[in-house]
Amino acid sequence: MSEDLLAIADRVVAMSKPGEQIEAVVVRGTETEIRVFEGDVESLSSAQSQGVGIRVVVDGRQGFAYAGSLDESAIAETLADARDNASFATFDEFAGLAEPDGVVIPVLDLHRDAMVSFATADKIAMAIELERVVMAADPRISGIESAEYADSISEAAIASSTGIRTVGSETSCFLATYAMATEGDETQTGFGFSVGREPSDLTPSAAAIEAAERATRMLGAVQPASGRLTVVLDPWVTAQFLGILGYTLDGESVLKGRSLFADRLGESVGSSLLTLIDDPTDVRSFTATDADGEGLAARRNVLIENGVLQKFVHNAYSARRAGTVSTGNAVRGFKSTPSVGCLSVSLVPGSSDPAALIAGIDDGVLVQEVSGLHSGVNPVSGDFSTGAEGLRIRNGELAEPVREFTIASTLQKMLRDVQAVGNDLQFLPMNATGVSLVVADLTVSGS
Amino acid sequence: MIEQSVLEVVLGVAMRTGGEFAEVFAEDRRNASAVLDDGRVEELTSGRDRGAGIRVVVGDTTGFAHTADLTEAGLIAAAEAAAAAARGGGGGTNVIALDRRSASRGYDIETYPGDVPKASKVELLGRANDAARAVGGAISQVSVSYGDNRRHILVANSDGLFVEDDTVRTFFAVSCVATGDAGMQTGRESVGHTIGFELFDMYDVDQLARNAADRALTKLAARPAPSGQMPVVIGSGGGGVLFHEACGHGLEADLVAKGASVFRGRVGQQVASKGVTVVDDGTMEREWGNIAVDDEGNPAQRNVLIEDGVLTDYMWDHLRARKEGRRSSGNGRRQSYQNLPMVRMTNTYLLAGEEDPEAIIASTPKGVYVKHLGGGQVNTATGDFVFGMTEAYLIEDGKITEPLREGNLIGNGPEVLQRIDALGNDFAMGPPGTCGKDGQGVPVGDGVPTLRVSSLTIGGTAA
Repeated sequence: MSEDLLAIADRVVAMSKPGEQIEAVVVRGTETEIRVFEGDVESLSSAQSQGVGIRVVVDGRQGFAYAGSLDESAIAETLADARDNASFATFDEFAGLAEPDGVVIPVLDLHRDAMVSFATADKIAMAIELERVVMAADPRISGIESAEYADSISEAAIASSTGIRTVGSETSCFLATYAMATEGDETQTGFGFSVGREPSDLTPSAAAIEAAERATRMLGAVQPASGRLTVVLDPWVTAQFLGILGYTLDGESVLKGRSLFADRLGESVGSSLLTLIDDPTDVRSFTATDADGEGLAARRNVLIENGVLQKFVHNAYSARRAGTVSTGNAVRGFKSTPSVGCLSVSLVPGSSDPAALIAGIDDGVLVQEVSGLHSGVNPVSGDFSTGAEGLRIRNGELAEPVREFTIASTLQKMLRDVQAVGNDLQFLPMNATGVSLVVADLTVSGS
Repeated sequence: MIEQSVLEVVLGVAMRTGGEFAEVFAEDRRNASAVLDDGRVEELTSGRDRGAGIRVVVGDTTGFAHTADLTEAGLIAAAEAAAAAARGGGGGTNVIALDRRSASRGYDIETYPGDVPKASKVELLGRANDAARAVGGAISQVSVSYGDNRRHILVANSDGLFVEDDTVRTFFAVSCVATGDAGMQTGRESVGHTIGFELFDMYDVDQLARNAADRALTKLAARPAPSGQMPVVIGSGGGGVLFHEACGHGLEADLVAKGASVFRGRVGQQVASKGVTVVDDGTMEREWGNIAVDDEGNPAQRNVLIEDGVLTDYMWDHLRARKEGRRSSGNGRRQSYQNLPMVRMTNTYLLAGEEDPEAIIASTPKGVYVKHLGGGQVNTATGDFVFGMTEAYLIEDGKITEPLREGNLIGNGPEVLQRIDALGNDFAMGPPGTCGKDGQGVPVGDGVPTLRVSSLTIGGTAA
């Protein structure tokens, strides 16, 4: 079904002049988003969008342009813009497109026809059911901030004058809700979600009950006293932490002197319990993909093994400059040139379930939500400070809810302070997989 | 962009199946950017996005569809899709007569960035890079970015409103890494206004670069921030994001209506210290959050949200205002034609007080002086919010002393507003921001005078 996109990419590539490399990324997305409120549809958006991004490299200079349209005239204008833009770049001996590397693109189950044929009325029913179960879950549930169903069918074709030629289609859908619980003047919130490749993968009731539980268990929360404590990051929080950690292992950051692990390959950088992989070929992951943003095969990369730094991730450019090969980690949309990044990071799970992890802690905090990751965490310096909420842990049991505090350390120290990795892998609507993680000696700032 | 007669036909189609309100929002946007990193001009990017979003409202349900096809046939297909999504039951013929109005922002763009040679934009990058690196050998990496965009919008709706607007924004930022014995630190400076290339008549890029480099170098000697509660002085112009998070989002009528705001039901009440007046003002000329009309075609307004500590009003978009039988406050904004509008801030700021800023610091025995805040985040239902400090110092015995490493501060909006105990006479607007809500980013501005919060929780690691 996406072959027409590849045909457009081929046509752009065919326009390359001698001595000029051209790459075209052509995408089309079909998206539905349904928000419900008080048992009725609040908004229903359905749309198809498309676009083309064209990269030109000539004489060691790269230029790029894009258009949110696949009209022939728009494509011609975009190619002309990309060529013109290239003439202003600084000469770079490493500039160039990806070239086929012999790694076979894996065949992954990422597209489901059942997603394409699922009726809108059934999507609405699923969102209404989500809200209904949230509201019925507990008498203290006072309302929802949001309850939504969303799905997308994403098609992408990449072709280049260097011999890249890929096309693929991926489907995904999710349910997400923010619940509010109220007692007296106090309101607390909690979210829940469910992700899948087709609607039958989704479980509205599980998402709803999780949201209701997360909200109600925060009622009565107080600000904790400051101190240094052992912290259990729940899977949702760990996934956000891994997303930041991924940045520090990006080969471009390393080359440009922005990675705090730049000269640490082969060295121990964390607890021996830590094995970090980037595996976009795991179809359970929401961001699983068969090819990266330059059309090279996606692949499983082990970044940290038993605490020892093994590998940085690369795209074609950063690899060429670093004297290595691409790890298949070009990240992009059609509106930008490929950057370098992890596609789907995950810790290899340990053997303990979350209850066992908590049972082993005398005095600590279970953190179920963090805020301000973009403002209080600096992946270049490693300084780490975020707002947090969750539950105190006393004598191996969950105790009172706590809020309005921060947890702080440095990324370097946190990796060394990891005490345990849980067995509860959780796949989330993001490019990192969650798992419970126990980290000792974080500074809790409260009253 | 689209003929009036075509718009009238398309709106008629959108209303044909029982719609109570229909709207066409069309956008033609051109972006240009250039990045220098690691000593090289890596790339210039240019792009164009053009399309229309159509919504149809029936009861409390909104149907929405968008298309990149601006022909009559393309627009009619989107109108039919939006109408079907809204499940209208009725029927009949709708005649829509549009009344064209003009949008005015009170000043002219002097130099359209599209008319400026690309070489002139690239030259700025090189100058900033050289200036930052000249600050000292500890500056180990520099990245410079330039961006401009021109956004032509058209809004036509079934109430007869028809307005077009053309907005130009220009942006420049420098980020530096400094390397010392204790690792790396970063410093950043950014400027952006709703103007053209005359931005560079207002600012000297060499000075911007030196500011970014100095911030990174200062932090090389920084000590870990304290942990726990103490007074915090926010510097003039550096910390408007505090109000954006502490009360701005909580005053958005869509969140209030759902009960997801701690400020629900509090209009007329004292919610902040006496003397605190908070304004959201889309008309503020040349500021990053300036708009002539919002993305629903309503003129920008200056809206007083809190006056002398008393909550006076929320911010409104078309849908919420219509439901309450009042006028929109000009706060209906969207990221692009592919998104539904919702209640958003523009330029949000706190009016100046009368105190001497030096005296505010001098009267603080022990605390933290935050010269520049980073981003922030709020849970509007609980009021808990965080914001980052990107440049901060200790205050000891009424004097600014050692620099501090980065971290977040956390507080509760309604409590923090009541704890403002000093307001300086030195108001200034801060750097350009992008506000995110439900996945949509829009440009916003903020501003504050020097001010003091008697107690905030500082999320550092030092005792």
